[in-house]
Amino acid sequence: MPEIIVLAMACAILLADLFFKRRFKSLMYWASQATLGMAAIAAVMHSSAHSRIVMHGMMIADRLSTVLEISIFALTAVVFVYSKTYIAERGIFKSEYFVLALLGVVGMCVMVSAAHFLSLYLGLELLSLCLYAMLALQRDSISATESAMKYFVLAALSSGLLLYGMSMLYGATGSLEISKVAAVLATLSRHNLVATLGLVFVLSGLAFKLGAVPFHMWIPDVYEGAPTAVTLYIGAAPKVAAFALFLRLLVAGLHGLSGSWQDMLVLLSVLSMALGNIVAIAQTNLKRMLAYSAISHMGFLLLGIVSARASGYADAMFYALVYAFMTLGAFGIIILMSRKGFEAEQLDDLRGLHQRSPWYAFMMLLFMFSMAGVPPTLGFYAKLAVIQAVVSAGFYGLAISAVLFSVIGAFYYLRVVKLMYFDQPQDSHALRGSRDLRWILSLNGVAMIVLVPWVGTFIAVCRATVRGLP
Amino acid sequence: MVSLSDYLILAAALFAIGIVGVFLNRKNLVVLLMAIELILLAVNINFIAFSHYLWGLSGQVFVFFILTVAAAESAIGLAILIVLFRNRRTINVDDFDTLRG
Repeated sequence: MPEIIVLAMACAILLADLFFKRRFKSLMYWASQATLGMAAIAAVMHSSAHSRIVMHGMMIADRLSTVLEISIFALTAVVFVYSKTYIAERGIFKSEYFVLALLGVVGMCVMVSAAHFLSLYLGLELLSLCLYAMLALQRDSISATESAMKYFVLAALSSGLLLYGMSMLYGATGSLEISKVAAVLATLSRHNLVATLGLVFVLSGLAFKLGAVPFHMWIPDVYEGAPTAVTLYIGAAPKVAAFALFLRLLVAGLHGLSGSWQDMLVLLSVLSMALGNIVAIAQTNLKRMLAYSAISHMGFLLLGIVSARASGYADAMFYALVYAFMTLGAFGIIILMSRKGFEAEQLDDLRGLHQRSPWYAFMMLLFMFSMAGVPPTLGFYAKLAVIQAVVSAGFYGLAISAVLFSVIGAFYYLRVVKLMYFDQPQDSHALRGSRDLRWILSLNGVAMIVLVPWVGTFIAVCRATVRGLP
Repeated sequence: MVSLSDYLILAAALFAIGIVGVFLNRKNLVVLLMAIELILLAVNINFIAFSHYLWGLSGQVFVFFILTVAAAESAIGLAILIVLFRNRRTINVDDFDTLRG
């Protein structure tokens, strides 16, 4: 299984770093990339069309886990490429960064293939523990340590809520295996008090992990305070893993209570879209603005799950993957513009980017258009898919509010474009990044528009992966 | 004989104290870490009570894992606390306001 490869290699890298640090500076970087590659190959080789429960009912191996694991590996590999120069210039190019990131990947893989409350919880905690440490990696930065503390408190609290909900579900159903919980819930009455109470707590714990309003408080502080390389990591793959938690726990496990959780998700989704899009307008810090944009995107992602049908889950999955790559690109541009002793994290730093570098200004334009949902980009098709999903499930009001809020959201994305193209630059330094950063970033940007003809294929793949879900 | 609901009420009370401790505490970060521990212990009582009354062992096994993870978590939490104290020379919750907006 790919998890075992990543885990073993993370330990090996930690040891190898002890002995070979002097001689081979970038050994750990290449070793981590090779690990992700090997794990992806192992995931492909182990994939099978029908789902299997392995390790005494702890893990499930199906199409969903394979596809999500491979995308987590790909996202993390891109994160490593983007952050290599950045962390080297800030003195955190240590094996710790790579080892913690790889262990976080193990946690995410366990999350996406969990078939038991215990494995789900352990995967989640493995990811969280790595994230706490990564946030505090820049030890002498006040904002980084402060954001680490805030994230620690809120994430621990949300784990507590999730666990309390799980204990209630255990009491109501007498089992911790997700499939057995689902089977028992189907026989209970719809208004079982203990199960509904458990659902409320589980859902608030999950919403914390995803960052949906009203459980979003940590997102802006963490995105702004953390070193950009760590923000990049937190913003991409963990969102995909949190989405997988929704599918595994809420959809596969608690489908018997779908009537109740649909109503709650409608509320979470509308609030996230509203607060995220409106508060983002007031921001002057680019990273904080992208954090509020992340909150609003999570609201859109939830639209697909609200529909409570397999096609909606496929649309939400497509949205999650497209969002993860868009956000990687936007933070990649921030990393490209920053240099030693200078963080390009204010909106003003983007002024006149077109005159400094037309190509990367165009890339940023593609990312912003894609996030806003301007037609010929992937982001538009992702938004269209989730809105279609809620319309076909009969939530017309929700669909209308989604469209309205995406129009409001377009304002601050277009403001970025205006700053880049119509203002004078304040900063005349040339953009310099390593060659692989430039290539992958360009590829990432171009993909936003070149892949559009294959949107149908992607959605079909997503449909095939969620077919086993109720 | 102590009934199941007595245990559940005790756990719910501890859980509520923990949540209130996280949100109302404005003085000390260490108290905040203690409140988080209290939440996890409330969950443990819940699991053990259910496990006893349902005649299943899996709940008790889960408790062992929660205890271990909670220990790791508080170790990291205290480490972050120390780093933060070195940078800011305070652990008063109200002082951590560099990030806002």
